[in-house]
Amino acid sequence: MTPLLEMRGITKTFPGVRALDDVSFSVATGEIHALVGENGAGKSTLMKVLSGVYPHGEYDGDIVYDGQVMKFGGIADSERRGIIIIHQELALVPLLSIAENLYLGNERATAGVISWRETFQRAEALLRKVGLREAPQTLVDRIGVGKQQLVEIAKALAKDVRLLILDEPTAALSESDSQALLDLILELKTQGVTSIIISHKLNEVRRVADTVTVLRDGATVATRNARTEPVSEDQIVRDMVGRSMEHRYPARARKVGARLFEVSDWSVTHPEHAERRVVRNVSFHVGVGEVVGIAGLMGAGRTELAMSLFGQSYGRNAKGRVQLNGRDIDVSTVRRAIDAGLAYVTEDRKALGLVLDETILKNITLANLEAVSNAGILKAQKEIQVAEKYRQAMNIRTPSVFQRVVNLSGGNQQKVVLSKWLFANPKVLILDEPTRGIDVGAKFEIYTIINDLARDGKGVLMISSEMPELLGMCDRIYVMNQGAFVGELTAQEASQERIMSLIVTE
Amino acid sequence: MTQITDTPGTANGPNQNKNIARYLLRHLREYGLLFALIAIMVFFQIVTDGTLLKPVNITNLFLQNSYIIIMALGMLIVIVGGHIDLSVGSVMGFVGALAAVLIVQLGWPVPVAIAACLFTGALIGAAQGYWVAYWNIPSFIVTLAGMLVFRGASLLLLEGQSVGPFPPSFQLLSTGFVADLVPPLGAGVAALTGANRVNGLAMAVGLIAVAVIVWTGLRARTQNRAYGIEDEPTAFFVARNVIVAGAILFLIYKLSTFRGLPNVLITMGILTVVYAFITERTTLGRRVYALGGNRKAAKLSGIPTERLTFLTFVNMGFLAALAGLIFAARLNTATPKAGFALELDVIAAVFIGGASMSGGVGKIVGAVVGAFIMGVMNNGMSIMGIGIDYQQMIKGLVLLAAVIFDVYNKQKQG
Repeated sequence: MTPLLEMRGITKTFPGVRALDDVSFSVATGEIHALVGENGAGKSTLMKVLSGVYPHGEYDGDIVYDGQVMKFGGIADSERRGIIIIHQELALVPLLSIAENLYLGNERATAGVISWRETFQRAEALLRKVGLREAPQTLVDRIGVGKQQLVEIAKALAKDVRLLILDEPTAALSESDSQALLDLILELKTQGVTSIIISHKLNEVRRVADTVTVLRDGATVATRNARTEPVSEDQIVRDMVGRSMEHRYPARARKVGARLFEVSDWSVTHPEHAERRVVRNVSFHVGVGEVVGIAGLMGAGRTELAMSLFGQSYGRNAKGRVQLNGRDIDVSTVRRAIDAGLAYVTEDRKALGLVLDETILKNITLANLEAVSNAGILKAQKEIQVAEKYRQAMNIRTPSVFQRVVNLSGGNQQKVVLSKWLFANPKVLILDEPTRGIDVGAKFEIYTIINDLARDGKGVLMISSEMPELLGMCDRIYVMNQGAFVGELTAQEASQERIMSLIVTE
Repeated sequence: MTQITDTPGTANGPNQNKNIARYLLRHLREYGLLFALIAIMVFFQIVTDGTLLKPVNITNLFLQNSYIIIMALGMLIVIVGGHIDLSVGSVMGFVGALAAVLIVQLGWPVPVAIAACLFTGALIGAAQGYWVAYWNIPSFIVTLAGMLVFRGASLLLLEGQSVGPFPPSFQLLSTGFVADLVPPLGAGVAALTGANRVNGLAMAVGLIAVAVIVWTGLRARTQNRAYGIEDEPTAFFVARNVIVAGAILFLIYKLSTFRGLPNVLITMGILTVVYAFITERTTLGRRVYALGGNRKAAKLSGIPTERLTFLTFVNMGFLAALAGLIFAARLNTATPKAGFALELDVIAAVFIGGASMSGGVGKIVGAVVGAFIMGVMNNGMSIMGIGIDYQQMIKGLVLLAAVIFDVYNKQKQG
């Protein structure tokens, strides 16, 4: 087939860094092309070159699209040609309706006056096409992330998309939403839409991709045709990291001690609707040195459970009993929860976990400033020592602890968050999606850190939407659905099928 | 990614130049502010034929700007915490009026009245901070309301009249000078320079200040070395210290040939040092920066964000009250117009000093230098006889230019 897109010898440099080095990348008409690589490998930069975020002249090399050399001056230019990119952080206006979002900047209007009838009619047709059953008048902030992703795709369709670029489309989606989205991409393919999909989830890549291109350190490492010869995940991982990753999950001597942390009959209501119970009579326990998982779909109430336990950071009317080492503890404020020995690593590290504009050092000591101060006066040297210690122990890749956190990659940012909580010296750590948006290599490091924590006798409660990760890491797994625990499986019993069936049968 | 830069600090020659250039670029803001102040002073010194830096005018400059600087200290903290306080001008006027009523009309003893006024200021701050911190009402709205309320309240207190004069002991707050405690030093300096009389205490304080600045600079430098932090190139360090020390000694010498150290300068100096210390070296200060940088993350790190926000407003109210007292003492009368639109000068000073509107960024020293930039421009333009119309326009443009420079600089650094 003739290529729809050919990027030839693309080189893009930033001050001090060559982000793309002579990259060639070609997409055939009508295929789904997966672009994979570690964080910082240059995937996003390449897509920004393609979509005109970096306009012609800011990079070297040629973009040949539809047989013509393109010189995009901005996103508007590439969109006019039907190249549409959907970013990881969705670009929807939450307080506008679905229909308004679909035609934002592309309004169905004559002389600036919007025809609402046409807008809603067309919006309805588009929503049907992407399989979203919502009224076009619904406000975007009323629907979940999964549905918002569909709105983004509908928006692309509204612009007559020919080449759809999806940057980590399923990163924030639950298992079932992800499946639906992938099905939709396959469906669009039959309608002639070519897609480029950037993803860290290799099982998804394997499921939908016709071709897989791997980038590493700003260069193309391999392009494999997945239709002629099956591509294995190990093969892709090897390409990505440049070495073989025999085990995706590091081994750990499993030795579970006495009961450390126990929650009984915990219930929480929605912060605004007091009659809606978001967490319902949940009971569980974590032992010394144990890694316990909580599986469930998006919206099952896992994050709400964790945040309500951590100083009632979510919801109202928290009821139930929390015990540590057999003694009741007070978790009514974050300070008390920390002092009692809890730590919570949030799901959204940028919005909730880090002060992005501050240095690594200031982030690491933030939750335990008492330990680096005397009568409220900070001890500068002590602080530096602490930060340095964690930089080395956690292998945070940075020239110095005085780097601002915003400049770090996702994996290194997560290590900073973990450092912060380890320095607060907790007995129990609640990790909420600890490896979201992190590349394979860094994931392995995070897993190793989790294992070390368990070995040191901490209790770890791990929330994850990636089932293989739970299966690979946990001693025990609880399954949560609609605010309640619907099952408990030991490591031996657990499998993806059993977890899914527990969720579905409830 | 492929690093194509050189390792910093290892090579000589062209690389070193590159490092210096890079360092300068990264710290352009801090140097820029200092040099802007100096450039503005030199400019007005020339166009006013030397009037700007006459001893009497320098003294005047400090007196004129003291209340703005004192309020800028509190405003910086409020802004770093992610809020704003529009009521400070009105609160300052209200407290001045209260002082006049208590002292002049009711005959309260001066120390008792001062304490009552400062307490009232803190209380006003608490009342506003309560709604901002615990009810999440935008500070812009709450303090806009406060601005109207306390402007009205001062009119009410004073019944629309000016009330004065104050007893001399109250005026000392502002117009008083510290007695010369070390006349021999002054005499020595006078003999050297041939001046008529030189205030020894002022010279002593100036010398000590310079010594402390250089010493802490050197100490920080050795510490940075020890921890491998990117260092200020030696030439820069020396040049900066020479300029700062020279400027301080020059100003102090001028002051000492007039009447010595104004009480206000001492108050202002001590407050600046105390607040710089609190913001940079204490857990309290660190937490305010974290709060402004990311409120949710700070809260989830166990920081009592509500209480901290509340306290920043209490502190602001206290400092606005102090500024109100100093202002009233300087005018020797309380007028219903006192402090009118002054909140804008204070806020402008903080932003010129490099604070960010979104919170989490800003330094005490920056706010003080920002206030001086505004102050010198006010003073210089008044001496030149430029009308208030042009003065306002020029000040507005300077504020805009400073913030544009900030944003441009940040974008360039990526």
